[in-house]
Amino acid sequence: MTAIFDEELNALKEKILKLGCMVENAIRDSVKALVERDSELSKEVIKKDHLINALDVGIDEECVRLIALRQPMARDLRFITTAMKITTDLERMGDFAVNIAERAMELNEEPQLKSFVNIPKMAEIAQSMVRDALDSFVTGCSRLPYEVIKRDDEVDDLTVRNFEELLGLMIQDPKIIPLAVKRTYIAKYLERIADHATNIAEMVIYLCKGKMIRHMELPESE
Amino acid sequence: MVEEKNIFGIRDFSIYYVDFTAVKNVNLDIETNKITAIIGPSGCGKTTLLRSLNRMNDLIITCRVTGQVLFRGVDIYHRDTDVIELRRRVGMVFQKPNPFPSSVYENVAYGPKIRGVKKKSELDEIVEKALIRAGLWKEVKDKLNESGLSLSGGQMQRLCIARSLAQGPEVILFDEPTSALDPISTANIENLLQELQKTVTIVIVTHNMQQAARISNYTAFMYLGELIEFGDTDTIFVNPQNKLTEEYLTGRFG
Repeated sequence: MTAIFDEELNALKEKILKLGCMVENAIRDSVKALVERDSELSKEVIKKDHLINALDVGIDEECVRLIALRQPMARDLRFITTAMKITTDLERMGDFAVNIAERAMELNEEPQLKSFVNIPKMAEIAQSMVRDALDSFVTGCSRLPYEVIKRDDEVDDLTVRNFEELLGLMIQDPKIIPLAVKRTYIAKYLERIADHATNIAEMVIYLCKGKMIRHMELPESE
Repeated sequence: MVEEKNIFGIRDFSIYYVDFTAVKNVNLDIETNKITAIIGPSGCGKTTLLRSLNRMNDLIITCRVTGQVLFRGVDIYHRDTDVIELRRRVGMVFQKPNPFPSSVYENVAYGPKIRGVKKKSELDEIVEKALIRAGLWKEVKDKLNESGLSLSGGQMQRLCIARSLAQGPEVILFDEPTSALDPISTANIENLLQELQKTVTIVIVTHNMQQAARISNYTAFMYLGELIEFGDTDTIFVNPQNKLTEEYLTGRFG
């Protein structure tokens, strides 16, 4: 029973990593489609979203099955509940990548407003947060999830900076408002992606420590 | 009377069989009107510890103890203890239902009769009340004169609980009370324990971890005679602090 259960838990872990990989790619490609004005790539991202959704559902079903049949306790129980929550966060990130791809397609129809500075930076940090949050989920307890949570502040700051810059441009030239608003949307999507990565890091801390730290001041210690 | 928080205080308590130490220096409080579960692998000393709470181990000649078991503040191992009275106040229900080979009525009336209740009407009332509290009255009220051994396994176990309740106990010790029962009878007993908990303190030894998780307020995990971890059942099953507890609960022991 234990050996089989361990295999099942490993298989679950691998599915989550696969989902994480798909989501990371979706984020990367959606931003690339925007920066490189590649609407074909946007379409790819949108088209592949159903694979993310299907894997999300599959993971949830597997978690419910394991709870019913294996009656997990202690760390196993925390692992499975964490898996269920992480999956939901990843799936939402996938949706935001689709939103970015959609805005990219719309913006690609119009002349370039100005080159992108903040958004690629935000995307890079957000992706690193997703990657590190999932790494910490796999490798176990370390400083990593705490660092992920801290990095969220950088994304928040860039969201504000991006908005302020665009606001200045909009005031100077109201004609650009439709394009600028779409850019603020995109920044907001990335900011939300980083929030979901933060959720994952918080759940990893729960997995390790058995303590829910959501909606609390970040503890300094591990 | 002000109800004390803890009905039992187990202090530096060890139990020995000749030169084998079955229970090693246990310190544990049992809270009044709560369900405390004791879990652990076979041979960990959990049943021995349970049986020491109403001195059932006295029946084993080679068994001796050190330390204290305080019941409402008084050491039950003191030489002045009235062991019969102790076992009236601290009842016990065993793994295998063990009704006396007599009628349902006599099974429940036996204890009160022994302690001197003679009036038929009074006995009738005690028997009815005990059977109601044990959730058995409706099923047996028309066959009170039939043999207790003619009942189903689950009914026999509830009869044993009624027999204990007729003595007006403050605590009932349960030694794997459902391990010989089917899931429906098990659920009945579990519901009954949660109902009884309002008026009686319950200590239960169980091999069924899910059962401990379902019904107990506190869980004690024992291993090789030692109390490894004790705490709220929620904490023990979701986030145990001791590695051994973790390994036992997740089936990765040894």
